[in-house]
Amino acid sequence: MSMVKEIRFPAHLAEIQRQMEGHARSYGLDFFPTIFELVDCDQLNAVAAYGGFPTRYPHWRWGMEYEQLSKGYHYGLQKIYELVINNDPCYAYLMTSNELTDQKMVMAHVYGHCDFFKNNLWFAHTNRKMMDQTANHGNRIRQYMDRFGVDTVENFIDACLSVEDLIDIHAPHIRRTDDRPNAAKPQLDSPEEEDPDAPIPGRLKSKDYMDSYVNPRHVLAAAAEAQAAKNAYVERRFPAEPMRDVMLFILQHAPLKSWQADVLSIIRDEAYYFAPQAQTKIMNEGWASYWHSTIMTRHGIAPSDLICYCDHHSGTMATSGGRLNPYKIGLELYRDIEERWNRGQYGKEYDEIDNYETKRQWDTKAGLGREKIFEVRRVHNDLTFIDSYLTLDFCRQHRLFSFGFNPGSDAYEIESREFPKIKERLLFNLTNAGRPMIQVVDGNYKNRGELYLEHHHNGVDLQMNYARDTLTNLCRLWARPVHIETMLDGAGVVLSYDGSQHAQRAVEKAA
Amino acid sequence: MSMKIEHDLHRFRQIVKGKIRENLRKYVTHGEMIGRKGRDLVSIPIPQLDVPHFRYGKNGSGGVGQGAGEPGQPVGQGEDEASGQGQAGGDPGGHVVEVDVSLEELAQILGDELKLPRIEPKGKANIVEEKIRYSSIRSTGPESLRHFRRTYMQALKRQISSSTYNVVDPMVVPIREDKRYRAWTSHPLPDANAVAIYIMDVSGSMTDDQKHVVRTEAFWIDTWLRSHYQGLERRYIIHDAAAKAVDEHTFYHTRESGGTRISSAYKCCLELLNTTFSPTEWNVYIFQFSDGDNWGEDNQQSIQMLREQILPRVNLCCYGQVESPYGSGEYLRTLKSALGEEFDNLVLSEIKNKEAIFDSIKQFLGKGK
Repeated sequence: MSMVKEIRFPAHLAEIQRQMEGHARSYGLDFFPTIFELVDCDQLNAVAAYGGFPTRYPHWRWGMEYEQLSKGYHYGLQKIYELVINNDPCYAYLMTSNELTDQKMVMAHVYGHCDFFKNNLWFAHTNRKMMDQTANHGNRIRQYMDRFGVDTVENFIDACLSVEDLIDIHAPHIRRTDDRPNAAKPQLDSPEEEDPDAPIPGRLKSKDYMDSYVNPRHVLAAAAEAQAAKNAYVERRFPAEPMRDVMLFILQHAPLKSWQADVLSIIRDEAYYFAPQAQTKIMNEGWASYWHSTIMTRHGIAPSDLICYCDHHSGTMATSGGRLNPYKIGLELYRDIEERWNRGQYGKEYDEIDNYETKRQWDTKAGLGREKIFEVRRVHNDLTFIDSYLTLDFCRQHRLFSFGFNPGSDAYEIESREFPKIKERLLFNLTNAGRPMIQVVDGNYKNRGELYLEHHHNGVDLQMNYARDTLTNLCRLWARPVHIETMLDGAGVVLSYDGSQHAQRAVEKAA
Repeated sequence: MSMKIEHDLHRFRQIVKGKIRENLRKYVTHGEMIGRKGRDLVSIPIPQLDVPHFRYGKNGSGGVGQGAGEPGQPVGQGEDEASGQGQAGGDPGGHVVEVDVSLEELAQILGDELKLPRIEPKGKANIVEEKIRYSSIRSTGPESLRHFRRTYMQALKRQISSSTYNVVDPMVVPIREDKRYRAWTSHPLPDANAVAIYIMDVSGSMTDDQKHVVRTEAFWIDTWLRSHYQGLERRYIIHDAAAKAVDEHTFYHTRESGGTRISSAYKCCLELLNTTFSPTEWNVYIFQFSDGDNWGEDNQQSIQMLREQILPRVNLCCYGQVESPYGSGEYLRTLKSALGEEFDNLVLSEIKNKEAIFDSIKQFLGKGK
């Protein structure tokens, strides 16, 4: 595959790759075949701007990303070491100008990622031929651009991107609905099939001769009526259940031209593909860091590599300005888990010890650490990972704190070093990948075909200017007025956009 | 090799330019880019260039950090929240994209938007300069101009055609006939020299607000003129009752308290024209800013100097009158009644407030002179 002009992969790197792959396998890492490509800094920045896929559809924001990355690189502010794509085969990019030690470290790191991609459950439903898929997407969108004009298509893409995070990140694992774009057009007049065996509502089980006593006729009639009313109510609702996948809802019900529907579905596909990466940032980077440090320190470094390795490893792990570094926190959590399971520091017996010294020195020589972290990397995502394995001791040891916004000083301030508070903040920010939870509750609001969304408010208000701009874009997709119900300063409000102006009103209290 | 990203980058720049165009009036008025000026580039902050999403606002948001610090202590604002895991919602709101635009592009946007005509330099026939360009190759020349690659290419060609080239042990040795040299051609280039002379009244009645207006307007005028004249010279004259030529910094930061005698500035300006910038060789632009107060008896002398010595010799003489709480605004009316019809290279403009800068620039530069 020639995506970018390849610089020939030199023999000495191929040899290092062979060694690193061997080390990785010897620890039980299990990955797709991995292809390394050697690129220069501009190419790497370009590929990174495309989110790893050089064949992606044309859009101005890649250009913006690229400009920022390449400026950052040329001013010496930042440098991308490693870029790896969840695909079968896995693609990873190495930068020509990196030192040999870096290349070793990056390769070891990449094998960690590849193993994670292949084995973590949250990635199980991602498309492993995404490299080809994005190229197809690119072609389709380019064709539309040829036919309908670059501006038209690009503007439409902009609108679609505004709702790209309104997906149901659990949908690939649960399959709540039929998510084929054309599947769920409501069949309004389909005759109800009478099921003779359907249970009669309200009827209790009874013997024949007791039936008229146990199930008096007027009670059954009332129950049937109530059931009918409820059914009618459910039928009236559209969608029947509130729907998290707003993109799908739009795709199925908005009056889109076929090319528009296709563009929207492309963006939705890509959003679903990238969602697990946002869900497992800490775990994924932590896992890769765990393996690069394990492999490098035990096998990889020659004496001449030592300084360079230490410098760059510590650079990657650095915590600056009080910000949480996912590489660092992930790596340390895996190590913590490994240690705890090696010493048997888990379970009821251990938890119930109330003597600090005993607890600290507890060691059953269980030796289950390695096995445990492999299990963790298989079943968890960041949210459940932190929820299950972040401990009080860990927070203290790593001096974690929680911070919050203080409107008085217009700054973020340290709030607390208490474990529950820290965990709560962290979990909040990991829930739904840090995005507000929004769902469609009514696609036929006021019986006028308007779209009514609901923000499940849990303590943090939406940013209003962004919300309004998003509504504007949403309205372009839905082609009818759109509304979102949320909370602002503790009171329910509905923001609306009708295609020409924005409005905001208090929520009407439901009777 | 051209990469695909170039295309997207180009597209992004186009959109940026579109945004600048859309918001030009705002940028012109606020003058916020003057402070962001490099040598050839200005950084322009462009709000709302990112894709809007539903996202958390600041209130109630927060996250988890690591390191030292007591509760209540501010944390480093998560400036680049892009990588900030557990920081989502911890972004300080203003996700402003800053882009660099070259002054030349900026001038072009300004020109397009204000529909400014290209400037016709005067006397371009007289002033011609020879420019040398190395654009061709010859087989003779001084060794210092030898074209290394072409020479070896020629040697290689000769060796291959005379089959003395050995693939196994390649060695290319140029002989005398192989040598190639860079050669030049000279192009006569009309060289348009231009000088912009800024005159400002710094008497007590001009406040900082007025100076800010002047400064903003001068920035845009500079930008426009510079796109037409390479090597635009600028001279600054300040005056109250007496005038002196100063540098740019002094120009904007001086405040005097004396009276006002505009003719003193004209005298100073004439001195420049007579000594350094002879109007036969230079395109001269005069931009004068004042609040319109002049010492009564001086008006006549000023007008006489303008009429007889300045206006006939310069491309353009612009008088911008900024409104100040203290100035009377007399001078504009005086000029208008005395000279308004006589000269078409005299432009008068009243700049009531910051918002008026935009139109004033159009008035000044709209003549295409």
